[in-house]
Amino acid sequence: MNVKSIPISAWIGIAGIALAILCAIFAPVLAPYGERDVVGEIWMPAGGDFLLGTDNLGRDLLSRLIYGARTTILVALAATVLSFALGMILSFAAAVMGGFVDQLFSRFNDLMMAIPTLIFALVVLAVLPQHLWILILVMAVLDSTRVFRIGRAVALDVAVMEFVEAARLRGEGSLWIIFREILPNTLSPLLAEFGLRFAFSILFLSTLSFLGLGIQPPAADWGGMVKDNKDGIIFGISAALVPGAAIATLAICVNLVVDWLMKRTSSLKGGRGDA
Amino acid sequence: MESGPITGPVLTDAAAGETPLRPTDLSGVPAKPNPALAAGELDGTFWRRFVFRRPLTALILQRLGLSVGLLFAVSLMIFGGVEALPGDFATTYLGQSATPQAVENIRKDLGLDRPWSERYLTWLGGAVQGDFGTSWASKNSVSEQIGNRLGNSLFLAFFAALISVPLAVGLGMLAVQFRNRMPDKIINVISLAAISLPEFFIGYLLIMVFAVQLGVATFPATVYDSMTLTERLSAIALPVATLVLVVLAHMMRMTRAAILNVMSSAYVETAELKGLGTFRIIARHAAPNAVAPVINVIALNLAYLVVGVVVVEVVFVYPGMGQYMVDAVTVRDMPVVQACGLIFAAFYIFLNMAADILAILANPRLRHPR
Repeated sequence: MNVKSIPISAWIGIAGIALAILCAIFAPVLAPYGERDVVGEIWMPAGGDFLLGTDNLGRDLLSRLIYGARTTILVALAATVLSFALGMILSFAAAVMGGFVDQLFSRFNDLMMAIPTLIFALVVLAVLPQHLWILILVMAVLDSTRVFRIGRAVALDVAVMEFVEAARLRGEGSLWIIFREILPNTLSPLLAEFGLRFAFSILFLSTLSFLGLGIQPPAADWGGMVKDNKDGIIFGISAALVPGAAIATLAICVNLVVDWLMKRTSSLKGGRGDA
Repeated sequence: MESGPITGPVLTDAAAGETPLRPTDLSGVPAKPNPALAAGELDGTFWRRFVFRRPLTALILQRLGLSVGLLFAVSLMIFGGVEALPGDFATTYLGQSATPQAVENIRKDLGLDRPWSERYLTWLGGAVQGDFGTSWASKNSVSEQIGNRLGNSLFLAFFAALISVPLAVGLGMLAVQFRNRMPDKIINVISLAAISLPEFFIGYLLIMVFAVQLGVATFPATVYDSMTLTERLSAIALPVATLVLVVLAHMMRMTRAAILNVMSSAYVETAELKGLGTFRIIARHAAPNAVAPVINVIALNLAYLVVGVVVVEVVFVYPGMGQYMVDAVTVRDMPVVQACGLIFAAFYIFLNMAADILAILANPRLRHPR
């Protein structure tokens, strides 16, 4: 792989993700005002002191957007990493052990996937107390069902190959087979899946926050900012659209990179067409 | 495909009725669609004979039974799983500062002092008969509320499906026709962007443009009983547009992938190589094989639509099931949450089942396990 082979769309995606991550890391340096400081009138138009205007309480929209990048990306990333760890370990264990364990995990996974993710999250969050780690955990567990399914399919494909057979015959343990034989050979499709899950996590977290069940105020996060400012829409105030656009842009950027990764995977495999 | 003597009697129902059955001899022959079926819940010989005579009906009945079983498991999960989670309803309901006496009173009031298995059975018994109990917050009948709102939600989803399905299939075919050329690339980029847009962003964008700046649409999308059909339709124009945009990109991409998958198969290549025209290839070779995956795509997306309704209803303040559920979640009104959760899950499961069955009907190859 060389740098020149990366298409322009993937470059746009990478640049967008890099910008968002920079905002997240250096939020206190970049933001002109504090996250929770009321600095002006309510819903002031863009321009002047406030580059993007102010929100429903008179806080600077740009500053909250930059701090919001921090919360949104951190929570979405934590949920994705956790869901991947969970889904991968369980799916590889199911694929390697087979038999009863495989059946048990797979049937339970089917049951979890039979309930729509958002509905499941609503039911569970109605009971659980509102803490950040609980939110991350719920998102991760719900997402890990998808990871489990794809992980198991990929691992089963690889698990029947000769080199795995050879490792098994020379007496390696399950852990060795998982980490040294299967994982390196499934990395490329899994990387694409990771990106896809991350984009989904961003959207899911934003949706939950928008419904008032995600990150709780006054912490800034993009979905919650849409919720805060949605009443302004009727008066023609676009404050709610700015964080919405930020979510959309980040998700598009991630998807552009994923699209490229997937095409790369399928062209590595060779084959006719790009399906 | 299996050889003649095995598939023969299975596929022709009329012939199977005339030929004398020898269940004992045939028990080991892989004539039945699924060996596991023989050990089904019904009486062995009867069920086996039924599977042998009407394999398709048996397969569909099996899927139906599976879905009902799944729904039962889901109900157990929605009720039992929620019970198993930490956190006491009464305490969360009253807040941290509630006195133990008040907590005790409200527990007794809501019937939480009884064991959960007993409550689950009462709840399930009621749910089967369409009675979901009374809301904790408003003390109204949950079923009554849901009865009004479910119709509204289905109304919304129905019109969204009516517009998005033909549009998605058409655009998907267009993309395949111009594969890797300009129209395909444009459709690809736009649909990729559309997938990444959150529902509420699309919704507010449409409100901003069409309701606020142009003034051609109404917001909020309130509907009430005395409205005429045209008034209702104009009220739901924006929510339907939002749902269509949300589901269209997904459906189109999946349609494109499904058709491309067929188009890149060996027999289409053969047809191409022996010099058949494009139209003939599509009509005679590709289309019959692409019907099953496309139907599957549509059914899956309709299932997705049912859930997508939740956010759109909140955005447009539309009096449907989704809004009811979200409101109940914020005040932790558990009977409402559980009832809505079960109904949404039921729609989701049965639409997925419909996708399964339609795929089997459209593609005879799926009737035989490999």
